[in-house]
Amino acid sequence: MPIVVNGQSYETDEEGYLTNRTDWNEDLAKEMAKVDNCNLTENHWEVINFLREYYEEYQIAPAVRVLTKAIGKKLGPDKGNSKYLYELFPYGPAKQACKYAGLPKPTGCV
Amino acid sequence: MSETTGGVEMQEDVSGVVKKFLYVNRKAPYGTIYALESLEVVLIAAAFDQDVSLVFLDDGVYQLVKGQHTKTIDVKNFSPTYRALEGYDIEKLYVEKESLAARGLTPEDLIVPVTLLSAAEMSDLMDGQDIVLSF
Repeated sequence: MPIVVNGQSYETDEEGYLTNRTDWNEDLAKEMAKVDNCNLTENHWEVINFLREYYEEYQIAPAVRVLTKAIGKKLGPDKGNSKYLYELFPYGPAKQACKYAGLPKPTGCV
Repeated sequence: MSETTGGVEMQEDVSGVVKKFLYVNRKAPYGTIYALESLEVVLIAAAFDQDVSLVFLDDGVYQLVKGQHTKTIDVKNFSPTYRALEGYDIEKLYVEKESLAARGLTPEDLIVPVTLLSAAEMSDLMDGQDIVLSF
């Protein structure tokens, strides 16, 4: 089910995750969020960019528990908690934010 | 498994029993799916907060070697993921001394810090586990 942004079509899987990670760009993330009725704020981008860096370094999308802990380390305890992250990404911070970040679904999520 | 908080707040109280799991890795990283499968199982199982140890012996020690380049065999280089294990609270990584030496390697050649064990010590470690999974 391809997603079309700025006249360009991008391949995704049946759940909307980008097939080729290298296709990713910010407009694509915004379009994916729009489909979910989610308006991306600075706070969303902070998490999305964090995930992209994490993937670059470790070649996996982190489990939500690991993400929460790592965000806390980097951005402080007021952001490194489930409540904050679930408010930003109500479909599940790892699942939803990874999708916007153009990453595969985290290992361990079905 | 659906997405949860990973059971951080609840697991030990509710499920109670923490077992000792040992994952034994003995195959080269590429050419078979064993190494990658083992790593994925470890990452998924990490959510259950058990006592997890990983062992690398025989050609399994190659899984941890630095500077893997997989482009020409067209598979993903998943070796950086071993460095993520610490974030998953998996910190007990053991490498068999003899296996490493037989391949002309030293701990400095490995992508993560490990504990070296002799074959005899390895045997004791395995003996003390509740569950041993071999890949």
